[in-house]
Amino acid sequence: MESSRRRFMKMAGIAAVGLSAQPVIKAVAAAPTNGTHSLQKGPKALIGSQWAMVIDTRRFKTERDVAPLIEACHKTHNVPHFSDRRHEIKWLWETHFHNAFPDIVNPHMSEEAEHRPYLVLCNHCENPPCVRACPTKATFKRQSDGIVVMDMHRCIGCRFCMAACPYGARSFNFRDPRQGLVEKEMNPQYPTRMKGVVEKCNFCSERLSEGLMPACVEASKGAIVFGDLRDPNSEVRRVLRENFTIRRKSGLGTEPCVYYIV
Amino acid sequence: MNDKKWIVLGLVIFLGLFTFPLWYNLLVRPGTAAPAPEVVLTDKAKAARQCVMPTEFMKTDHMQLLDEWRLKMVREGTGTFVNPEGKMFAASLSNTCLDCHSNKAEFCDRCHDYVSVAPYCWDCHLDNPKGER
Amino acid sequence: MLEIALKGSKTYYAWILALLAIIGMGFLLYMWQLQYGLGITGLSRDVSWGFYIANFTYLVGVAAGGVMVVLPYYLHDYKAYGRITVLGEFLAIAALVVCLLLIFVDLGQPMRGLNVMLYPTPNSVLFWDAMVLNGYLLLNLIVGWNVMEAERNGIHYQKWLKPLIYLSIPFAVSIHTVTAFLYSGLPGRGFWLTAILAPRFLSSAFAAGPALLILLCLFIRNTTKFDPGKKQIQTLGITVAYAICINVFFFLCEIFVVFYSQMPEHMDHFIYLFFGLKGYNSMVPWMWSSMALMVIGIILTVNPATRKNEVTLAVACVVIIFGTWIDKALGMIAGGFVPNPLHEVHEYVPTLPEIGITIGVYAIGALVLTVLYKMAVGVKEEVRA
Repeated sequence: MESSRRRFMKMAGIAAVGLSAQPVIKAVAAAPTNGTHSLQKGPKALIGSQWAMVIDTRRFKTERDVAPLIEACHKTHNVPHFSDRRHEIKWLWETHFHNAFPDIVNPHMSEEAEHRPYLVLCNHCENPPCVRACPTKATFKRQSDGIVVMDMHRCIGCRFCMAACPYGARSFNFRDPRQGLVEKEMNPQYPTRMKGVVEKCNFCSERLSEGLMPACVEASKGAIVFGDLRDPNSEVRRVLRENFTIRRKSGLGTEPCVYYIV
Repeated sequence: MNDKKWIVLGLVIFLGLFTFPLWYNLLVRPGTAAPAPEVVLTDKAKAARQCVMPTEFMKTDHMQLLDEWRLKMVREGTGTFVNPEGKMFAASLSNTCLDCHSNKAEFCDRCHDYVSVAPYCWDCHLDNPKGER
Repeated sequence: MLEIALKGSKTYYAWILALLAIIGMGFLLYMWQLQYGLGITGLSRDVSWGFYIANFTYLVGVAAGGVMVVLPYYLHDYKAYGRITVLGEFLAIAALVVCLLLIFVDLGQPMRGLNVMLYPTPNSVLFWDAMVLNGYLLLNLIVGWNVMEAERNGIHYQKWLKPLIYLSIPFAVSIHTVTAFLYSGLPGRGFWLTAILAPRFLSSAFAAGPALLILLCLFIRNTTKFDPGKKQIQTLGITVAYAICINVFFFLCEIFVVFYSQMPEHMDHFIYLFFGLKGYNSMVPWMWSSMALMVIGIILTVNPATRKNEVTLAVACVVIIFGTWIDKALGMIAGGFVPNPLHEVHEYVPTLPEIGITIGVYAIGALVLTVLYKMAVGVKEEVRA
């Protein structure tokens, strides 16, 4: 009796494990099979296999020159504003030269260049450490356009990507982001985020799919050039050919796709 | 095995409590079930006649469709939906669905409340994309 | 066997109730965190991991430290440890429960935690960490439970356990190695980017784990009829002595490389921790205390007179536990995140709710440990009676 009860419990346990695995198997197997409808790139979508950006820092003299770009970005994407520095969310922001490029330390650099505001954002690296770190593929390098994308529906908020990013480009929603937004000023076309997920610049992938340039590029009056790094005839490649540019912490091998003309 | 009666009694009590909602509705309060909700279509939705897919499909499968949309849009960048008739739509909850169904409370919420599901779409997606309020 | 843990003195039940009360407090605070978000902690976009992950790192070490009794017994046939291997395994179980819960409370979206299994990602160290931690927990549960049950029934444990026991030894090393790799594989975090990190983690684990085990053995001897044994405690003491010496040696190797090469990317973190940077110096007293405690620990454990005296040995163990905790928990996080990737200094101080939740999680570990040890000691008393 003793042993048969025990065997029953064991079998029941194994069965329970098997049953609990079923939804997982289903979820993996349930690829969309409906052949009658499809999803594709829109007719207006801009196509590029590795988007990249060149920022001409010579065109930004003071804070007032960069503020409209930051505002355009944060307005477009409903980036909340919190006065508590710990809860801050930043997609695009300005900083000093020695903060943007801490590895290019030069005590006697051009005063004019030193005092310019430098725009920093996610570099959409070709070899992104954050993507390597993410345990759920919630952040990933999109094959179709090279953008380092965040899947907000999948992020578990472990913040490993924030530790992995050498550029401090990622922010975490420490609280409900809607508390840092004014309802009337929100962009209803773009979602907000929920508390407990990581976010960052998305190279305006939602605008690219509608044939629009990123919000900051549009607001920069030509000071930022955006285009396909793989296309030798693109505007970005032309600007890179004609100007000397630097990238943030290029020694780390992350291959940033944001270039700076200094 | 002299605890048999206690074990059986315990199981009976457990099953009784577990199935409480079923027999309570069947035996104690029959016929008082809440009526199925009527969803309200906006004028724009009425004028369009058909949603991105046939109504029957939308009734049963809109969640799978939305899941596929978000997956493909975010992960593959394919944000345009082409339906069997070849019509194109932006694969967007805020900008396509809510453009017609701008009455979330009378359209989405009624059914969701009735079947007691609380999708967290609205934690992020704004429910009045046109900014009317 | 669980029934043994249900019979106990009034003090035993008072202790259990006290732990439940602390767990309840932690749970309420966690409900608050769940509702408001991780904003109730002291974390920020600059210091994005804090007290939870710091204590997680430390407790992984305690769990791995259990192998210091398992390995000599099963691999070198060191018979004396037969009495206490199960104590090592059960300590590992309790520590792992705390580890997994600390990871859980650190998640911003805990409801999606199983996404780690749903979308397995072998290129993420965190995925491997989840695998080895759960694997080691399972191994210890199976091995510890069955070996103890066999002891109770007066028979030799089942043959099929042997491979699992051998497997648990590399697993113990792996849990702490993989945990170190979480940190040391990240470009641009100069403090962590060092191959010595995993060895340092292991050496401090093999000091802290056995040190805690010594304290628990002494406690068991003083409160129950089971004596884990003088010889066993002394051998553990020697393990602690070697491990803490090696730990400090590894640390000094790191100090040499960092300060002789003088590369700011690596050096500034140490300067922040030990001297303060740009006027921020809240870690300085902690780090020097840690150094002092570890040195006192070395003196007390290496010196035969103080090691053989169980009172001074107990003092040494307390000192080593605190010293390594500051070094590996507080220092590892603060040092790694300050200065931040833009070389700005933003300090981190845990908040009260954050500490409360951590204490609540520790209390769950203490409860698990209490029940497991109560059973183990009960079985030992039964067998010897």
